[in-house]
Amino acid sequence: MSSDVHTHDPAHDHRHGHAHPPHEEAPERLSYYQVMEIAVRELLIAKNVFTADDVRRAVEAMDARDPAQGARVVARAWTDPAFKARLLADGRAAVRELGYDMATFHLLVVENTATLHNLIVCTLCSCYPRMLLGLPPDWYKSRAYRSRAVREPRAVLKEFGTVLGDDVELRVHDSTADMRYLVLPERPAGTEGWSEERLAALVSRDSMIGVTRCRV
Amino acid sequence: MSAVEPRFAPGARVRVRRADPPGHIRTPWYIRGHSGEIERVCGAFPNPEELAYNRPGLPAQPLYRVRFRQRELWPDYAGAAADTIEVEIYQHWLEPAR
Repeated sequence: MSSDVHTHDPAHDHRHGHAHPPHEEAPERLSYYQVMEIAVRELLIAKNVFTADDVRRAVEAMDARDPAQGARVVARAWTDPAFKARLLADGRAAVRELGYDMATFHLLVVENTATLHNLIVCTLCSCYPRMLLGLPPDWYKSRAYRSRAVREPRAVLKEFGTVLGDDVELRVHDSTADMRYLVLPERPAGTEGWSEERLAALVSRDSMIGVTRCRV
Repeated sequence: MSAVEPRFAPGARVRVRRADPPGHIRTPWYIRGHSGEIERVCGAFPNPEELAYNRPGLPAQPLYRVRFRQRELWPDYAGAAADTIEVEIYQHWLEPAR
């Protein structure tokens, strides 16, 4: 293994969502729900409902999804008006054309324009279009974001560097049930003639949640 | 799948019941008692309040997206008058409003 594993910045955000020193000398105490999860998982494995390998493969499949999938959907919508129309009419069917399976969820794609900005939150838990964006960021699951995104959404956006004029309607979508939401950000000016791949590189995870815009 | 018929059409004014039943409820507290407008009918889905207890949740409940005006939700709302919030609400939580 290369030596860079020893020189990486320990404060950076790991896949599992928190910073830690390079060597965990004192593991954190497990929470009640972590203990419960381990107990239930071990019982289901002991009773042959599924195997440890099934669990590992499911985690691997979840980790393999990332926001590049959503970015590909957005870039296609920017370059193909007929696809965009299908995407806005029936998101689940349109993303299936690109090979993405929403399982039982419906997908609502909400389009940002010069006069309308959309923001996604799940105030009850952490509903998120995982099939297209992977696992949600920690802040999306925080109590602070979940309560403030509905109570003072413009202040939240400002903290992400997104300032909206009073002539723009801000529409917050509380993802409380069976729909999942993806924001279709505005295509930045100056990108005329760009390829789909080059455009997709501009589309960040945060822009598809609605906390930022896409920039060149 | 057996389903309850939708009672409301897009544009209808509705009020969210102000209730506090026990169990797994997917109607956010902050929206209970408030009035809004049906944005769309999303289809019918098994009732999550039943699914949470491993019951079938049938007949399925129509699910709506209801649009509320932020300034009606929060009297001191600091954003634009046009700002809105849309919430998914099952039919059994809605009643007609003027």
